[in-house]
Amino acid sequence: MVSRRHLWVALALTMGAAPAKAETIEVTIDKLVFSPAKIEAKVGDTIKWVNKDVFAHTATVDGGWEVMIPPKKAASLTVKKAVSVDYFCRFHPNMKGHLTVTSP
Amino acid sequence: MFIRSTAALAAVFLLSAAPLSQAADKPTDPQIAHIAYTAGVLDVEAAKQALKKSKNKEVVDFAKDMVRDHEAVNKQALDLVKKLKVTPEDNPTSKALTKAAAEERAKLAKFKGAAFDKAYVASEVAYHKQVNGALETLLIPSASNAELKSLLETGLKIFQGHEQHAEHVAGMLK
Repeated sequence: MVSRRHLWVALALTMGAAPAKAETIEVTIDKLVFSPAKIEAKVGDTIKWVNKDVFAHTATVDGGWEVMIPPKKAASLTVKKAVSVDYFCRFHPNMKGHLTVTSP
Repeated sequence: MFIRSTAALAAVFLLSAAPLSQAADKPTDPQIAHIAYTAGVLDVEAAKQALKKSKNKEVVDFAKDMVRDHEAVNKQALDLVKKLKVTPEDNPTSKALTKAAAEERAKLAKFKGAAFDKAYVASEVAYHKQVNGALETLLIPSASNAELKSLLETGLKIFQGHEQHAEHVAGMLK
């Protein structure tokens, strides 16, 4: 009996601990354009860049992080803190985006 | 006398205007495809020279980016001309680009080390500016096929990106 109750507690904890609210926000890259250009996310959300181009791109924050996005592939980043940053493609700096992360 | 000199002047004017009007003629789609493809090939050749000569990481990375992007865009161009059953046609603009690029490579071949890096990157900034100008003012407005026009527009964005990238690398070499 005791062990069954423990199991329920453990289950409840697992469910509670699961990031139920975490979402994946998709940004499409097509013909050298980040779309949407401006995105808003909450801490714990994942940004997924889907590259439809035959060119490699990056999502780079000057002096910060960089995500490589190979041609015809996707790459993701889970945001861990609240920030508001401009990002760009290091290979094609005319490609620009903005990411706002807020606390949940 | 006055009439004759006016006529002579007009004749001179016509003669000197002739090559200009020829150059200003709208290129055809097969010519546009050839020019765009050639512009990409020439930049890949310039990059390959840089890959042989440069030891600067930023410059080498930039040159690798040029090879990768221009080969990718030219592959798209080849696929498109095949699909459209267009045979790219050599023309004075392609010839002039090729000649200028050969001269530039010969000039750059004489440089070494940091001097080469600076000269190559400066040459890349200038080259991309020149090609962007041609794409914006002549090639894109002249293209009649919608798919070709769209590819050229993507090409313009790539070239504009490279121009900014080259300017960034030039800034780091100072």
